Amino acid sequence: MNFDDTPQEAAFRAEARKWIDANAPKELEAELSKSSLGRIRLQKHDIVDVAKRWQKKKSDAGWACLHWPKDYGGRGASPVERVIWQQEEGVYGKLTQPFQIGEGMCGPTVMAYGSEADKRRYLPKLASGEEIWCQLFSEPAGGSDVAGLRTRAEKKGDEWVINGQKIWTSGAHYSDYGILITRTDPNVPKHKGLTMFYINMKSPGVEVKPIKQANGMQEFNEVFFTDLRVQDSQRLGAVGDGWNVSLTTLMNERMSIGARLATGFSEIFDFCSSLMTEDGLAIDDSATRSKLASWAVRNSGLKYTSYRAISALSKGERPGPENSIGKLVAGTMLQDIATYAMDLEGAAGVLNDPNVAEAAGQFQQMLLSSPSTRIAGGTDEILRNIIAERVLGLPGDIRVDKDVPFNKIPTKGR
Amino acid sequence: MNFDFSDEQKQLRDEARKFLTEKCSPKAVRAVLDGKASYDRELWQGLAEMGFLGVAIPENYGGAGAGHLELCVIAEEMGRALAPVPFSSTVYLAAEALLIAGSDVQKQKWLPKIAKGEAIGTLALFEGKGNPSPQAVKLAASGNALTGVKMPVADGAIADFAIVVARTGSGGRDSDISLYLAELKGEGVETKALSNIDPTRGQAEITFKNAKAEPLGRVGDGWSILTQVLDRAAVLMAFEQVGGSDRALEMGRDYALDRIAFGRPIGSFQAVKHMLADMYVSATLARSNSYYGAWALSTNSSELPEAAAAARISATQAFQHCAKNNIQVHGGMGFTWEFDCHMFYRRANATALGLGSLSYWEDQLIDRMRKKNAA
Repeated sequence: MNFDDTPQEAAFRAEARKWIDANAPKELEAELSKSSLGRIRLQKHDIVDVAKRWQKKKSDAGWACLHWPKDYGGRGASPVERVIWQQEEGVYGKLTQPFQIGEGMCGPTVMAYGSEADKRRYLPKLASGEEIWCQLFSEPAGGSDVAGLRTRAEKKGDEWVINGQKIWTSGAHYSDYGILITRTDPNVPKHKGLTMFYINMKSPGVEVKPIKQANGMQEFNEVFFTDLRVQDSQRLGAVGDGWNVSLTTLMNERMSIGARLATGFSEIFDFCSSLMTEDGLAIDDSATRSKLASWAVRNSGLKYTSYRAISALSKGERPGPENSIGKLVAGTMLQDIATYAMDLEGAAGVLNDPNVAEAAGQFQQMLLSSPSTRIAGGTDEILRNIIAERVLGLPGDIRVDKDVPFNKIPTKGR
Repeated sequence: MNFDFSDEQKQLRDEARKFLTEKCSPKAVRAVLDGKASYDRELWQGLAEMGFLGVAIPENYGGAGAGHLELCVIAEEMGRALAPVPFSSTVYLAAEALLIAGSDVQKQKWLPKIAKGEAIGTLALFEGKGNPSPQAVKLAASGNALTGVKMPVADGAIADFAIVVARTGSGGRDSDISLYLAELKGEGVETKALSNIDPTRGQAEITFKNAKAEPLGRVGDGWSILTQVLDRAAVLMAFEQVGGSDRALEMGRDYALDRIAFGRPIGSFQAVKHMLADMYVSATLARSNSYYGAWALSTNSSELPEAAAAARISATQAFQHCAKNNIQVHGGMGFTWEFDCHMFYRRANATALGLGSLSYWEDQLIDRMRKKNAA
């Protein structure tokens, strides 16, 4: 049992470190270190511009989408090399945020179902960050129940005509392309009538409207399709096979081993270590210590769980299902930690002007943003279902709509 | 990175599981639970023959000369099987104390006997309620004679010797405490079994009246040695707790698949599925923290104090959580004597206290993290 690199891994790490040291945008290091919860705020620059510059630089030197084949803009690196890169990239890894959905979900789907010509046309530019992709799955009527989606695609000659609406689309406002799942046959059960396409987000008939979120920020969008015309060659997978295609995408979403989730632990530990209360330092209070200790072991538990997965990758094995616990643990922790920190601040905890608030308002920001961690990318409840069914082998939910034609499924009020 | 046990260590785990499945069935555990024996003598001898009791004891002291990682995988299996033997007292506490601080003569005398299953040892630390602290130690050593009362002492009624935490100075400082090795069958020692929530692991009160003992380690070093012993034991006990957590989770899962209510397996109800998923989360966090403890223990790392506390807390929480909800999944049947659920519940809650309670280790963890941050 050890934490050491193999000689090959050590050589790879040294090479990565050297390149990052010579090329990273060091002037942004301090600002990037301070942004928590994946929400980056830069004083002088547009985050997408900065991210694109860093991604292009990496791509030119062969450090983008490391685990992809070289022909498609990657490096042909092993899974563990990808993890080592992420560790070395450190705070600059936060700049990959605009590309994560493309790299983690859209790219693998195009790679699995696109034509060779499409792969050569689209994947290298996705990898280099020159073109950003988004994922158009969720709808107002289908969040956790993705297959309940209603966006219609109808075949007209060699084209498909698409009408409907998507929601919660991250980055749609700066995306060039997207993968879009649609309903092509409402007369069959819901999972069977779906078809996947890729679309140009700048096409006529695509309208992006930002959603103002509960935390006041705007990262998600609604996307409306009005008679959007798509070539049949933009179809990914067979007509009616969209559900299986989407599973490829969603499975890739969970392969984010090595990406450390924000838990808020180091923030609350530092805060309690310096916060003076009327009874002394907060960290000397036994109730606070008990909470800190429980969060500490959840934080370290996640860290060492990911080390176990990395070890499996290093040995060329498939990681076990342990990593599925990450977001479930981290989401609740963020929310609990924010609430507790503000409790310690007392009445002043309501203030969130960074110049006035305790700890520069970071816990207030955490409080208002953390609900999304428990929802996006699979709600806590869906994640528990997945653990129960795929890890523990418990039966799936009874699905009353499974064998019913989609257009016969009751909707609300009936 | 290789943050995992080796193939050989995993083989040893399989071997231990096979042996315990055969020799330590729930029926065997129940014999001790029901008071038919104070511990499972046959199993104890079997563990000695398998080389498990001395797995981490060096060969020149009669052990197998493997290491703590090997002991961790065996501990996990002991926890799974709820083995009703004085394994933790003898192996994690007494043997480790001897290995850390014993003289060569003391090690020559006791370690081979431990490995052969001929001697049961324990640690006599507590004196009534409360957590480990130098101030709480009243039992006094005068010359080489001990006077005072220790309770509860795990496996105290069946132990041949104890490492006794004794006061040699009058203050509350660490240096006022020393460790002694006392034989329990000798003059001036009275042991009395005490009823406790987990009868498969006995507890006792031991009264020393001017009883003969010999120092273990230097006089005045007692508290620092004890701290090291407790840290090692915390990691090893965490593996028992991880084994127990996994087994309780499996029992709950199996029952949820088997039991039909309202026309469907109860494991298809989200309320039950989510409860089991949360148990899996706890058990996974505990396992990962325990691996960190195992790494720190086996490499003698300076991170051991922090890693031991993290493993201890995480594993204690997981075992309590899994054992409690295993009963809940079983419903009424889980509350019967006949079903095994309560044996895990008893063990989970007894092991949560034995080396100091959860709140004690939470305190330790925060202290140790602060110390590290300050350094």
